[in-house]
Amino acid sequence: MVGLATKKFTLDEFLEILKKYNVEELEGVTIEGDLEIELEGSAIDISAFSSLYALLSEFSNFLYHANMALGYMQRLSAMLGIPTPSIQPAAPQVPAAPEVPAAVEAVPELRIPEKLIEAKFEPYKAEYPASIEEVTIGATKADGGSRDYVVTLGGEKSLAFYTFDAEQKHLPAIAIDVFDRKPMLAKAVRMHYEDVLEDPAEWAKKCVKKFGADLVTLHLISTDPLLEDKPASEAVKVLEDVLQAVKCPIIVGGSGNKEKDPEVLEKAAEVAEGERIMLASATLDMDWERIANAAKKYGHVVLSWTQMDINNQKTLNRYLLKRVEMPRDSIVMDPTTAALGYGLDYAFTNMERIRISGLKGDTDLNFPISSGTTNAWGAREAWMIDSPIEGDTPWGPRELRGPIWEIVTGLTLSLAGVDLFMMMHPGAVAVLKEVFNTLGGRVSGGIADPGEWIFMEG
Amino acid sequence: MKIKSPLEVYNYLPRTNCGECGYDTCMSFAAHILDRSAKVEDCKPLVEEAKKDPKIKEKLDELLELTAPEILEVAIGTGDSAIKIGGEEVLHRHELTFFNPTAFFYDVWDTLDDRAIDERCSRVVEYRKFYVGKFLTLDGIAVRCTSGDPKRFREVVKKVAGYGKPMVLVSLDADCMKAALEEVAETRPLIYAATEGNWKEFLELSLDYNVPVVLRAKDLDVLKSMAATFRQAGVKDIVLDPVTDPLGEGLKGTFERVIQLRRTAIAGEDKDVAYPIMVTPIAAWLIDGDEVTKSYWEAVIASMFIVKYADVMIFRSIDQHVVMPTITLRFNIYTDPRTPVQVEPGLRPINDPSPEDPVFITTNFALTYYTVESDLTSGGIKGWLLVLDTGGLGVEVSVAGGQFTASKVKELIEETKIAEKVNHKILVIPGLAARLQGAIEDETGWKVLVGPMDSGRIKGWLENNWPPQD
Ligand code: B12
Ligand code: SF4
Repeated sequence: MVGLATKKFTLDEFLEILKKYNVEELEGVTIEGDLEIELEGSAIDISAFSSLYALLSEFSNFLYHANMALGYMQRLSAMLGIPTPSIQPAAPQVPAAPEVPAAVEAVPELRIPEKLIEAKFEPYKAEYPASIEEVTIGATKADGGSRDYVVTLGGEKSLAFYTFDAEQKHLPAIAIDVFDRKPMLAKAVRMHYEDVLEDPAEWAKKCVKKFGADLVTLHLISTDPLLEDKPASEAVKVLEDVLQAVKCPIIVGGSGNKEKDPEVLEKAAEVAEGERIMLASATLDMDWERIANAAKKYGHVVLSWTQMDINNQKTLNRYLLKRVEMPRDSIVMDPTTAALGYGLDYAFTNMERIRISGLKGDTDLNFPISSGTTNAWGAREAWMIDSPIEGDTPWGPRELRGPIWEIVTGLTLSLAGVDLFMMMHPGAVAVLKEVFNTLGGRVSGGIADPGEWIFMEG
Repeated sequence: MKIKSPLEVYNYLPRTNCGECGYDTCMSFAAHILDRSAKVEDCKPLVEEAKKDPKIKEKLDELLELTAPEILEVAIGTGDSAIKIGGEEVLHRHELTFFNPTAFFYDVWDTLDDRAIDERCSRVVEYRKFYVGKFLTLDGIAVRCTSGDPKRFREVVKKVAGYGKPMVLVSLDADCMKAALEEVAETRPLIYAATEGNWKEFLELSLDYNVPVVLRAKDLDVLKSMAATFRQAGVKDIVLDPVTDPLGEGLKGTFERVIQLRRTAIAGEDKDVAYPIMVTPIAAWLIDGDEVTKSYWEAVIASMFIVKYADVMIFRSIDQHVVMPTITLRFNIYTDPRTPVQVEPGLRPINDPSPEDPVFITTNFALTYYTVESDLTSGGIKGWLLVLDTGGLGVEVSVAGGQFTASKVKELIEETKIAEKVNHKILVIPGLAARLQGAIEDETGWKVLVGPMDSGRIKGWLENNWPPQD
């Protein structure tokens, strides 16, 4: 995934870094007020996070390498404002070793054999004839861009994380959303973003530096004719600012307006020449040809977005390949993400089918998959203060429900084969990274005795 | 299922097309056997004949064997609350469907005081989450013996049995397990677990008390050996626990073992491992950290294995941020992809509407319905939402396919008596149903306003269009 050589920290260095943060300030922090999701035009502005997640996330980057898996999660509760009693790790109850009769005195009944039947488990081997295309977003100086590193998606030869079938070179990457106009936000959100809301470049910095984003997605929603209707040539100035401000690979989105997006994305492609950004998105109901042509002309990647229909996905990809002659290493697909409880079953199965078809050799479908995981925040379980349904068990603190909704949505789709996640909640980003690193085999160690839960008290 | 075509099933049937099974022809019945919407036993003539004729009995048994699910189906508990686990056919839900949702058991332990035990049990029993038209509930309780005292364990198990939920009994000590089984064996608990160390005693217990048993081993050779041994000794109901390691490489190893077990059973046709799989997210409570950390990670482990093949799980946390996402994910993954999820058609008042408020119409495709309904609710819009039965199809699809028609809209208006609830006759239809505007007006006599394409835009649309100008 991230092409940058991972920096290694010694424990001492790590502790030095920790010292820079006033950890005490974190205690007792709560998130107040309602999380509001404002729908304006086609844009959804979703965010409700304590800026303190910043710390969480930054720590987590080091934590992976310091091999202190999950240490960051200890801070999660404090950040979420849920006071939890600090639990003294109780001395593990040493289990009384199961009493196996030493020398078997009593002759066992006949039906109980003396010894286990010896059997050898022969794991089934699965091999697919094809593999997923590798698509690189971003370009470093060597390749005519100005990014510090690039992100490569895809390359799978087996199902996600089935590293026992084939090596998985690139783990899924995570992009965080940035918007080019001050969105209408709830007070609780504004409070934490006040410093960056007016400034997409600073916003992008925060995503990378504080929240650990691999990439940043800049949504040029101000171009929407129903909003400011900002001309494309003006809107893309923000893209130039963001390219200056952060050195990670960049994704650029339009407003979702069918008429305007092609023009906006074309302009974006032009000003970002050499940077190998991803244009989001070409869809069947807009001028996909113009968008893809712009991507091709300036050496960018195009996101091929369809709405939960494998055949439409095939059709659009084929158009891009045959009519535009897009290079195969420059297409990523978004088959649409629906949230946990709001159509995740369709999204999961659609993506899983697309991935399996690709691996089986369907060259219209063997491209990396992207997911708009932020959609999870559309689910009422993620943001509503409590259940609107009479008879429901109370829903509990939503500060805890929201992030886990985004986590489980993303985790499920990662198992279907998603390579790129577009997310917003820094806590969810951190946990999903841990999951990907774990299933990708990049987290060493474990716990001493996984059977201890059988005996644990408290 | 070993049989792959209806014709093969057909050959075993009486072929009289008598219709007693509820299908017109034996061939049609055979097709339903194949997708598991009918059971062999539903062919009464065959079952009756088998009772008289040993030759036919042999055929019946053969058919039952050939049509048995790839993964053994195991029942835990008795009566109404009994649940089935396993019984799966495929590795990916789009290949058919997944059948028995992962059973969720929640932890109590016998060194807890009785009040705390009651409190936890009540939370499990009373849990309700409304989703897609019904209340989702939790399956059962896992009782662990932490006292090492057979008497105490027996006492607590008896108490928990009083809640009427299926149970998993957890103890590696055969004496403790025996004490508990003496008390509750007839409720058919799942006993946990036979290991390399205690398997003889547990084999004996499962035979004596005729209860399903979990075999636990990290080494899959050992696990398979135990399964083969138990099977040969006459134990029918076996569940495999390849050991849930909660962290790092350990968790990665668990992921591999679970997938290899299921894949080897189904694709590799290894009958010796074709049993339901247990995963224990509760193991997340062994990691360092506070309760939020542990419970979050518990939800993560559970989600991973709800998607990938676990048939039964033991949880520690009964908190909503663990239960709600996992119970919802389970529902989503185990939904039959062959039939769309639908909601009840009818009328839904939104935000306590008054007679002046607008009437909207949408379809009963669960995804559409819930998107529209939550857009209205959370947007603070008051109104009356008519839900049309389109057989579970979304707006765009059902308009094109003819399930969303003016005459059906008329019927719905009449059935719901909406005209008596509002003081206007104005209906707002989805933007994607715009072409029905004229037809609905003609058919119903209502004035039809075409709303936005996306229900997320209704709020802004209403600002300009409601109340209507003329
Ligand atoms: C639902 C939806 C969402 C949901 C997804 C939740 C979920 N459950 O899947 C939410 C609200 C979260 C969402 C988010 C976004 N979305 Co969206 N979304 C859609 C939508 C409407 C439907 C896709 C779908 O699932 N269809 C299937 C079924 C359920 O649809 P349906 O039965 O026809 O029902 C819908 C309508 O008919 C209508 N409706 C139904 N009944 C009724 C009744 C009345 C009275 C009325 C008035 C309307 C109405 O509302 C229903 C749901 O919206 C499409 C547009 C479209 N029409 O296809 C855009 C669409 C895919 N989204 C779009 C965009 C831009 C976004 C955002 C990026 C916006 C943003 N800038 O933040 C975000 C993504 C955030 C991220 N980080 O990735 C664009 C994509 C443009 C592009 N090609 O790039 C689309 C095409 C809309 C558009 N033209 O502007 N989206
Ligand atoms: S009951 Fe048996 S014999 Fe009669 S139609 Fe059905 S399958 Fe055929």
